[in-house]
Amino acid sequence: MILQAIFFYLFACVCIASAFMVVAARNPVHSVLFLILAFVNAAGLFVLLGAEFLAMILIVVYVGAVAVLFLFVVMMLDVDFAELRHGVLNYLPVGAAVGIILLIELLFGVIGWVIAPGLTKTITAPIASDINNTQALGLVLYTRYVYFFEAAGVILLVAMIGAIVLTLQHKPDAKRQSIAQQLARRRSSAIEVVKVKSGQGLP
Amino acid sequence: MIIGLGHYLSVGAILFTLGIFGIFLNRKNVIVILMSVELILLAVNINLVAFSAFLGDIVGQVYALIVLTVAAAEAAIGLAILVAYYRNRGSIAVEDVNLMKG
Amino acid sequence: MYEAIVLLPLIGAIIAGAIALIGARNRHPGEDPPPPHDDHTAPLVPEYETHGAPDPGAAHAEIGHSSHETEENVEPDAGSRAAELITTTLLGISWVLSCLAFVDVGLRGHDARVPLFNFITSGDLKVDWALRIDPLTAVMLVVVTTVSALVHLYSIGYMADDPHKPRFFSYLSFFTFAMLVLVTADNLAQLFVGWEGVGLASYLLIGFWFHKPEANAAAIKAFIVNRVGDFGFSLGIFAVFLLTGSINFDTIFAQAPDLVGKSFHYLSFNVDALTLICLLLFMGAMGKSAQFLLHTWLPDAMEGPTPVSALIHAATMVTAGVFMVARLSPLFELAPDAKTFVVFIGATTAIFAATVALVQNDIKRVVAYSTCSQLGYMFVAMGSGAYSIGMFHLFTHAFFKALLFLGSGSVIVAMHHEQDMRKMGGLWRKIPFTYAMMIIGTLALTGFPFTAGFFSKDAIIESDDVIQGTVASYGFIMTVAAAALTSFYSWRLIFKTFHGEPHDHHHYEAAHESPLVMLIPLAVLAFGSIAAGWLFLHIFEGHGAEEFFRESLKFGPNNHVLEQIEQLPLYITLAPTVMMIGGFLVAWQFYIRRPDLPVALARDQGVLYRFLLNAWYFDRIYDFIFVRPAMWIGRLFWKGGDGFVIDGFGPDGVSARVLDVTRNVVRLQTGYLYHYAFAMLIGVAAFVTWFMFAGGLHP
Repeated sequence: MILQAIFFYLFACVCIASAFMVVAARNPVHSVLFLILAFVNAAGLFVLLGAEFLAMILIVVYVGAVAVLFLFVVMMLDVDFAELRHGVLNYLPVGAAVGIILLIELLFGVIGWVIAPGLTKTITAPIASDINNTQALGLVLYTRYVYFFEAAGVILLVAMIGAIVLTLQHKPDAKRQSIAQQLARRRSSAIEVVKVKSGQGLP
Repeated sequence: MIIGLGHYLSVGAILFTLGIFGIFLNRKNVIVILMSVELILLAVNINLVAFSAFLGDIVGQVYALIVLTVAAAEAAIGLAILVAYYRNRGSIAVEDVNLMKG
Repeated sequence: MYEAIVLLPLIGAIIAGAIALIGARNRHPGEDPPPPHDDHTAPLVPEYETHGAPDPGAAHAEIGHSSHETEENVEPDAGSRAAELITTTLLGISWVLSCLAFVDVGLRGHDARVPLFNFITSGDLKVDWALRIDPLTAVMLVVVTTVSALVHLYSIGYMADDPHKPRFFSYLSFFTFAMLVLVTADNLAQLFVGWEGVGLASYLLIGFWFHKPEANAAAIKAFIVNRVGDFGFSLGIFAVFLLTGSINFDTIFAQAPDLVGKSFHYLSFNVDALTLICLLLFMGAMGKSAQFLLHTWLPDAMEGPTPVSALIHAATMVTAGVFMVARLSPLFELAPDAKTFVVFIGATTAIFAATVALVQNDIKRVVAYSTCSQLGYMFVAMGSGAYSIGMFHLFTHAFFKALLFLGSGSVIVAMHHEQDMRKMGGLWRKIPFTYAMMIIGTLALTGFPFTAGFFSKDAIIESDDVIQGTVASYGFIMTVAAAALTSFYSWRLIFKTFHGEPHDHHHYEAAHESPLVMLIPLAVLAFGSIAAGWLFLHIFEGHGAEEFFRESLKFGPNNHVLEQIEQLPLYITLAPTVMMIGGFLVAWQFYIRRPDLPVALARDQGVLYRFLLNAWYFDRIYDFIFVRPAMWIGRLFWKGGDGFVIDGFGPDGVSARVLDVTRNVVRLQTGYLYHYAFAMLIGVAAFVTWFMFAGGLHP
């Protein structure tokens, strides 16, 4: 138990600290790196909860794809070091106050919660205790929630197409292949047999 | 001490507020906003998985998986928009993004 | 037949009106009319001519239309000839029918009542539109149609150069129609309709040359002063209805004897009902007939064309008040206090107007004040109980006053629209026929023996002497004095206009006699001025009056005025004639033999002279007491009430507040995403807070 607690607090504190640094860092590359750290620690929390599949997926997708994408964009755009933020102090009191109020209310909910008596009956897909997380997810994902699964796939497809549509710019002088043109090439238009006297060369 | 549901939910709540702070307290650039959104979604994921673990319901994790997918797609699109915006305006400083003024 | 008399002028008015509207449409096909010139000296050049070739079509269409005087090179409207001929002919037919009606109803005694249609049916009030033709009506029909037909004929010549003839003739015929409705009315509502109709026609005709601001002001003044009188008239009608339950003349007259002695309780006052009714109704007559205190509109009404002055402000409209009192004689006979008041007002008007006419310089104004004074005479007769004599004077006055007005119009045309008598003189050589006509008219007005005025005016003075009371004595003295003044100012007009040396040689040289179409009416009226007296004497005076008028004029049981006149001593009967001769001699002295005398007198008696010249400063007094406060109140309500309060809280205010609100709301749209996110955060926090404390969560 104590080990669990230690790891929990470790992961939690680092996660929170790095989340704070995401916002507070001056160098945007540092922000992305702190984001990666937050993701990794969250994955650790997931492992502690027994959702190891989700934790690994978190690392693969978030860290491996999303954060790398962030890094690409940060490096591609000419983002400067942030100058001293003037003006944030205007909003800080009010914003902080509102945020803290929100936090307090969330914590109210967290601390004073009671599980409703009839909740156990509403569990839709109880976890069997003898299979691992991946199997448990697989049992449900392709049977009862297959529509959501397929929809998620479609969302990814749309996002991919969208990203291409938004950012693809045809440069006029870039060399490209045209497969159809290549395949339509015929011997008659490509090769010409010329009788050349030896030592003469082509005119 | 026993780490109960509340602890995990607190972590999620704090991450959530940090993400929200990040949206409007930053003056640097728009990418931080996108990263804050990712933080918020992460907090939601933690919440979902925590409930799933403590209630023994796998639905939470399925939902978290879907949220993960959507977050990734949204990050991609958001960055694509950002790139297109940068190409047109030449700056992604937050103060310059006020074309909707009026 | 009686319907034809009343409706033919209306048909003429509608036809002429249609011609006028079509002509106006052709002149200005849908675009804005050009702004008018308003002075004689403006060059007759199209206003919109710029550098380069002048627009040839603009010369006729673009020149503003001002008064009669500057219209030499603008053609009259198309259809003018048709309009004037149609209206004059229709009125001629109406005149012939009226004479036939006079013979039939008056002399042969066939009274008629022609119901036309139902006007009002509301609860207990049932009012029919009916033509009541009794001897009184017959007399008025003759007067109205005669003068109107002659004025129509005269206007063909007088308004020959005016471009808006169809409109003029339409208005003239409309006026005649309204006047005929008034005199043929069978109930008070119909009388009031005609009353208002002539008021409207008077407004339209006084303001005929509406590009002149003075004409517009005069028209409005006439209408508003009339309105004051009409207010009293309306109250009188309401009182009649309240006390008798009907406004039909026959019903009212039948119930009148029952109302004697009844008193009307109002605000802790108890007034005699009949006196109150008669006083209120007389207030209407005061306004319409320009009696003292409500007379201010009549001199200014001379802004209208002279035929209008002759028709409306000499012979017909202003006599509507006299007619109304005669028509309601059954009521007045039962209210002796009201009659006393009528005598008082009439006598005061007579002397007041006569004093003012002594010093006026505009030829038409002298005749206007003279009309005012003679109307006072008519009311003195009415108030004395000698209703038929009042009607007699109305009858004869129509002839000679219209003659004087039309003759003045002839003089004005000859002097090329110059109206100031100080610039005239010596015209008897140039326009002898007009001179002769004016002499006849003046003789009739002053009461020269055996002219029409002699019989009627002297009869009034005698009737006033007969009745008893202090007001009656006051009336007698005033009317006799006014007779002297009348003679003086009438002869002053003749001498200054036609005798002496010409003061404006340019106009004098150009003076010429008027065309025949203007001279024929003068001749007819002159004949009437001489003959109408002794021809109709027996039906208006003496025993013949009661036989002629039968029930249309009521002479109460104590009213023996007509007999008592016959028995007056000779010095009373000769007094007016003596006054007339005296006035003539003084005028001769002042204006023929010693023309320097009036100038010296005016200079020495400066205050009195100016007092009379400004008509006892009534215009100034009324302006101070009524007009300025009314304009102040109007401006207060307009700028303050309407502009500030209603517009401020209504449309303008609402739109301004909306703009304020949006201006402030727009400041929320900064364009910065994090501001929007911040707003969303606040919203979420608020929602969570509310939900926590008001909703289902139990912390």
